[in-house]
Amino acid sequence: MSTEQEPEQRNIRCLVAKVGLDGHDRGAHVIARAFRDAGFEVIYSGLHKAPDEIVQAAVQEDVDVLGISILSGAHNTLVPKIVEGLKEYGAFEDTLIIVGGIIPEDDRPALREAGVAEIFGPGASMQETIDFVRENAHDR
Amino acid sequence: MGELIDDLLDGQHRALARVITKIENRSPGYRDLVRELHQHTGDADVVGITGSPGAGKSTLVDKMAATYRERGLTVGVIAIDPSSPFTGGAVLGDRIRMASNVGDMDVFFRSMSARGQLGGVSTATTDAVKALDAFGKDKIIVETVGAGQNEIDIVRTADTVAVLVPPSSGDDVQMLKAGILEIGDVFVVNKADLDGADRTVSELKEMIMMRDASPAAGTGGYHGAGTDATGHHGPDEGGTAGSDSADPDPSAEITGPGSAGTPGSTTDQGGPVETDEGEAWVPPVVQTVANTAEGVEGFLETLDDHRDFLERTGQLEAKTHKRYAEEIRRLLREDTRALLERELEAQGGIDTFVEDVMARETDPYTVADEVVQPLRDCLGESE
Repeated sequence: MSTEQEPEQRNIRCLVAKVGLDGHDRGAHVIARAFRDAGFEVIYSGLHKAPDEIVQAAVQEDVDVLGISILSGAHNTLVPKIVEGLKEYGAFEDTLIIVGGIIPEDDRPALREAGVAEIFGPGASMQETIDFVRENAHDR
Repeated sequence: MGELIDDLLDGQHRALARVITKIENRSPGYRDLVRELHQHTGDADVVGITGSPGAGKSTLVDKMAATYRERGLTVGVIAIDPSSPFTGGAVLGDRIRMASNVGDMDVFFRSMSARGQLGGVSTATTDAVKALDAFGKDKIIVETVGAGQNEIDIVRTADTVAVLVPPSSGDDVQMLKAGILEIGDVFVVNKADLDGADRTVSELKEMIMMRDASPAAGTGGYHGAGTDATGHHGPDEGGTAGSDSADPDPSAEITGPGSAGTPGSTTDQGGPVETDEGEAWVPPVVQTVANTAEGVEGFLETLDDHRDFLERTGQLEAKTHKRYAEEIRRLLREDTRALLERELEAQGGIDTFVEDVMARETDPYTVADEVVQPLRDCLGESE
């Protein structure tokens, strides 16, 4: 088609989500900024969101990456709920899900099983996270 | 491709979200998508919200959406935030304020970044509005920071534009003169529970009067506004924000044409007025407290009034006509620019030309002529 000369302008879109009751958002803020500076478009959910809200935001914003920050220890309940919601809207397949926060080693296999691509605990570097997103964001 | 459109028309949120992404990214084939959407559009009522950062736009939009939902209407929101011209990155924060519509998929909220490209956002916004319209949203709200020409172009995709002004010293209102004032159909003094709201209302009315001085001179407009700029209300009137768009300050009332004396022509709230050339619209100044949703009902009624006015006077059709004309022109500009960009590459690239220009071997006008020449040839225009 001859009129289609404009180059595609794809930007990686991320939802940085704070889910559940913990009020520690320093990590989420830091990663949101780092993503922004890496050239991503970042949507920050705000604190204390329910899984439903995260799903609604992820679907409507059509994000490439969903980064869930959990420091409350409720990840085993909350993450599967989000995954379930995404599946309901057919948004699970091409959304890269990553989790940040305090996730005990024992819980990690189950989360990966549920569909989490990678888990970034304390000590993970920003660059590492950004590189992971760049490499693994799904082609659409 | 067709499947995606079918899913969108079928009411699938995922498909709607994906179509907007393709529009934003200008993915291959997005033009075909928008082409297909067009015939399904034309039913939604589009409202533009603009104002300075911190005026409370997102919070107001949230409450507007909630109120529309109470009335059984579906809502689409497009919130545009600036992006970094250096990295292209952005933090799109408007969604945080959308607390009243949690879990309600019938409020479709989408954040978009102004991806730097001149004119690109306007095209993307226009097309995204089409997607929401075709999806069947009753009300579509386009929200953007009112900063520059780009933003003004964006809100022009709307039938009705509301400009938000926070109460403060007159300086902010003065700043509004630069372009923003002219596009407002309704002005909203948000955070009307704060000190200085009355004063801001008076100042706005005064400026609207001056703005409308030409078409409605001596017929409509606010008279006497600003004569009592300090306009204190007694403490018992502290709740004026809840009283719709009414401003009880008698010094700030609108008077209709004295000669005509039609009852409907006199209003103290702005809105439609009779003039010698027919019905005209004087932008009302509405007060709201978006945090508590005070005044939001009244604000929405004012928006509806404006919509009715547009329909009644045939201006809606005129506006739509103008908007499509602008859209076609914009697309043509973008397309020819892209064509010329290719031609520029084919002739050796911009850098080669720049070097020649710097070496005084040629000049920018000559270069432009050379690059455009093939196009001229095609159109059969001789040099």
